[in-house]
Amino acid sequence: MEQSVRQRRQKSLVLILAREFASNLATPIYIADADERLVYFNEPAEQIAGRSFAETGEIPIREWAEMLAPQATDGQPLQREQTPGGIAFAVRRPAHGSLCITGLDGKRREIATTAFPLFGPDEEFHGIMVIFWEQA
Amino acid sequence: MATNLSIPISVLDPDGNLVFFNRSAEAMHGMTFEEAGELSATEWPTLFAPRASDGTPIPLEELPVGVALFERRPVHKTIQFTGADGVLREISVTAFPLMGREQELFGAVAIFWHL
Amino acid sequence: MATPGPETVRTGGNTTCVEVTANGSRVILDAGTGLRPLGLELAKDGPQKINICLTHLHLDHIEGLGFFAPFYDPDCEVALWGPPSSVRTLKERVSRYLSAPLFPVEVAQMPARVTFLDAPDGPWEIDGLRLQAHPVSHPGTTFGYRIESDGVALAFIPDHEPALGLKLESLTSDWISGFPVADGATLLLHDSQYTEEEYPGRIGWGHSSISQTVTFAAKAGAEATLLFHHDPVHTDDDLDAHCERAQELWQGDGPPPELAREGMEITL
Repeated sequence: MEQSVRQRRQKSLVLILAREFASNLATPIYIADADERLVYFNEPAEQIAGRSFAETGEIPIREWAEMLAPQATDGQPLQREQTPGGIAFAVRRPAHGSLCITGLDGKRREIATTAFPLFGPDEEFHGIMVIFWEQA
Repeated sequence: MATNLSIPISVLDPDGNLVFFNRSAEAMHGMTFEEAGELSATEWPTLFAPRASDGTPIPLEELPVGVALFERRPVHKTIQFTGADGVLREISVTAFPLMGREQELFGAVAIFWHL
Repeated sequence: MATPGPETVRTGGNTTCVEVTANGSRVILDAGTGLRPLGLELAKDGPQKINICLTHLHLDHIEGLGFFAPFYDPDCEVALWGPPSSVRTLKERVSRYLSAPLFPVEVAQMPARVTFLDAPDGPWEIDGLRLQAHPVSHPGTTFGYRIESDGVALAFIPDHEPALGLKLESLTSDWISGFPVADGATLLLHDSQYTEEEYPGRIGWGHSSISQTVTFAAKAGAEATLLFHHDPVHTDDDLDAHCERAQELWQGDGPPPELAREGMEITL
């Protein structure tokens, strides 16, 4: 186990602090790194995703997006690039929107999402943080 | 974390007092946090005059951070904000409550960006 | 802050400064008040080029600069390395201390040739010593330094809170702040400012409890560890107890941690 961990690239301090932040909050959050890999989601996010991060592990963000099957609120499928997370990653600016996802528990949910890029003091892009919550 | 990020962030305590904003948020506030210091829940809305897009003043409890604090839920809105430099800016704000595992409220965080 | 006095005679009361030498090369790590006596020693060697690597610019890590004798030698060159900033140059930030009203001598007035350099992103060499700087968890931009030479590695992380909001024990190494600095180091000098009882009241202050230091060192696989950055309120007796506790907790491979004391000379 430790051997494969050592092969993983060291997370930047920005991602480490982002994870620390997310892990202490009651608001669902996921974090992706600059290589577009899902590197963490917190416990509240597990409720919406329908699976724990320990079960999911680090996966390409596209795989995560496919799992959740995002749709516009009118039911039209959404490509990754059309989601706030995709916009934040591609354009490197914050984005907000509402969409529907189907959690890994099979339940369809309407969520609001704010995504923003993670730039460090070095102005280097380290990934994105996505905050989402279920709308009534 | 806020001090290490380039996205503007402000932090409020459970009473709505503004207790921190990071360097990236200084432009919007029109002042540094060192200059502002902590601002009470009555001082900062007076100073920064948050308004709806039509110019109507927004009371604290209807601001994104107010909703986050008093209704304990995340929320997103677009508002107008006048920095201490007198410049009116239209900003998007997402605010969410800071709550512990026992559901205790520690405050709220607002993340914002210029439109 | 510096705490000279009868209660710190055994451990020492100067703030952070470590001299690293190898094969005739020298790098100084941090410029706390310990830099002053070091400077007096170096001044005996006459004109030279000196490299000082700053982990960060908190006052206890730079306040020795104004009293560094080589700065006042016109035949000396001093290169100051430090964490970069997108807002102000290293010279501008250091000059906030070395200028009125905080200090009577400005950098421009110092007779030595002083250059200010941002520590680079990747590894770099100073006189054959291989250095790496990595950001670590501490308020403000802060580095840990790793210095390698002839197959040995020194890891220097004097101010560090890797366990901020996290349980170090449950983290994989890629998520631990400072891990690349300390990974398998021959000697690790690490922050161990607080007792386990003190830490809960100082979360987020940027320093570690003794148990966190021990956990970090064990996870990093450091071959030897020195407990560093003692709290100003801790006396020699407190620090001896601190070290005993660290040794009780130690379950890693290799010798248990020891207490860093002023004047220590260690050959790796």
